[in-house]
Amino acid sequence: MTEPLVSIKGVGASYGSVRALDDVYLDIGDQEFFALLGPSGCGKTTLLRSLAGFETPTEGSVLLAGEDLLAIPAHQRPVNMMFQSYALFPHQTVAGNVGYGPARAGESKQEIARKVAEVLAIVGLTGLERRRPSQLSGGQRQRVALARAIVNRPRLLLLDEPLSALDRNVRSQMQLELKRLQHEVGIAFVMVTHDQEEALSMSDRVAVMDGGRIQQVAAPEELYARPANRFVAEFIGQSNVFEGVAAAGGLSAGGRLLPGSGSGRYLVVRPEQVRLTPAGVVSGTVLETQFAGGMSTIVVAPEEVATASGQPVLVRQPGPTGVERGAAVSLTWDAETAVLVP
Amino acid sequence: MSGRAQASGSRRLGWLWLPLLLCFSFLYVPIVALVVMSFNSGKSALNFSGLSLRWYPELFRDGDLGEALLNSLLVAVGCTLVSTVLGTMLAVGLVRHTRSTALDSLVMAPAILPDLMMAIGLLSFFAAVGVSLGLATVALAHAAFGTAFVVAVVRARLVQLDRSLEEASQDLGAGWFTTFTRITLPSIAPAVAAGSLLAFTLSIDEFVIAFFTNGPTSPTLPIEIYSRVRFGVTPEINALATILLAVSAIAVVVVAVAVGRTEDGDD
Repeated sequence: MTEPLVSIKGVGASYGSVRALDDVYLDIGDQEFFALLGPSGCGKTTLLRSLAGFETPTEGSVLLAGEDLLAIPAHQRPVNMMFQSYALFPHQTVAGNVGYGPARAGESKQEIARKVAEVLAIVGLTGLERRRPSQLSGGQRQRVALARAIVNRPRLLLLDEPLSALDRNVRSQMQLELKRLQHEVGIAFVMVTHDQEEALSMSDRVAVMDGGRIQQVAAPEELYARPANRFVAEFIGQSNVFEGVAAAGGLSAGGRLLPGSGSGRYLVVRPEQVRLTPAGVVSGTVLETQFAGGMSTIVVAPEEVATASGQPVLVRQPGPTGVERGAAVSLTWDAETAVLVP
Repeated sequence: MSGRAQASGSRRLGWLWLPLLLCFSFLYVPIVALVVMSFNSGKSALNFSGLSLRWYPELFRDGDLGEALLNSLLVAVGCTLVSTVLGTMLAVGLVRHTRSTALDSLVMAPAILPDLMMAIGLLSFFAAVGVSLGLATVALAHAAFGTAFVVAVVRARLVQLDRSLEEASQDLGAGWFTTFTRITLPSIAPAVAAGSLLAFTLSIDEFVIAFFTNGPTSPTLPIEIYSRVRFGVTPEINALATILLAVSAIAVVVVAVAVGRTEDGDD
């Protein structure tokens, strides 16, 4: 990456005895779609609100295009935010809401009207200028909030759980739309979400957070294939995690060698990488089978080796399950599809 | 439509219409008596001796009463202005800038304290700082408890107001003052209006505190009426009360309609 747009250096925030952010280092590139992902209370919202200026970190610095962002008050930052509740001004029309930013920048009436029309065309709301927020559907409100946040052409757009208030079917449509829009306007997006599917499908890179700390920053494919630690492995997608001692070619657990690469005391293997085989590395009994159209899942209670969480091993394969409940099976996977993590 | 709603309402009421009627009688018989007596032809406010409108023109010829009414209006307007501005600012400060519950309860103290204690306290205060008593001191004294009521009403609305509206305004480039005038104030306007109306009505008929903090030359309406009652009240007072009743009833309806309309527009 060339010179990053945003550079977060050693940011920490403590509220009383609560450590909301701890030693966060992060670089976000120009025009990047970046997601902050984690369970609730992990610090992702605090980090986002620190970028907007609504929270003040107790230590560290944030540079935006080389400038000290934390020294600038919220209303002067070249950063705009789309709020989870959308925060549309109820007593103003759509045009009033979208034109609020340009009006504060002291632009002329004609210029404001031109910008409002332009940005409403981008989000597909032309013709609704005179409506009030209460007269709009959920999806339309979201578009107004988005239009209002991009009309000032910020260097950085912050999105706080942007799709969480939408119905499931509108949500997947808006996922694609947000992605298209980001390419169109060329603004860096930083999105906070607790929905991993949303983060993985929309973002260029994802930062997984837990307990105020960054656990891993990576592209979605890498995050899934090569998690940095056990938390990320278990948080992103489904996984089978075994505990043991690193050995040449894998992990030594229960007196056998589980194939894998890397180093650490946990071995992570995704359900779709595990196969049923006549003579595998782990044997067990089928507890349950689920057939879901193109894919099926087989739940296996392992013998001799236990998973780190004590949960059964999941096997996902294309087509029908091919085995019955109670059958004795043997499982294997390729060393390069399993990764050892600390 | 409304007729049908009333019909179904009374069906559900059953025999309870009787206690309901008694309750409403208890509340409204004094008011009805007051109004009826204003049309008395005799000189007494206690014995009805025939219908007449004579007390209404009499009322308008009574210069002292007119002056007392004007004094009361001046006091009420002054009290309303001070209470509304102070109370709104105080409510915003309490809700947005502190989590102290002690401050919250302290603000309500003037509204809860017995009027007599407030009155004596204020009188001692004005004497101590050497302010000469008059309409201004009454207005300030009324504002001391009027503010508490404005705070109570405005705070209730502010607590419900989505904080992110103000953050969004800041985010879009508005400083705190613009955010307050363009976003916060329009959102809490109905509550500010209700609070100021409350301060006005509390002030205009307040007797105890006004009695203690007023000077000798400019009585407010309640003080003037009180001094007359001692020499026997005439139906002239009833006529005045009836007019005030009509004016305040109209004001309440107008404000209720206006507030209802803005809230419809908001949602």
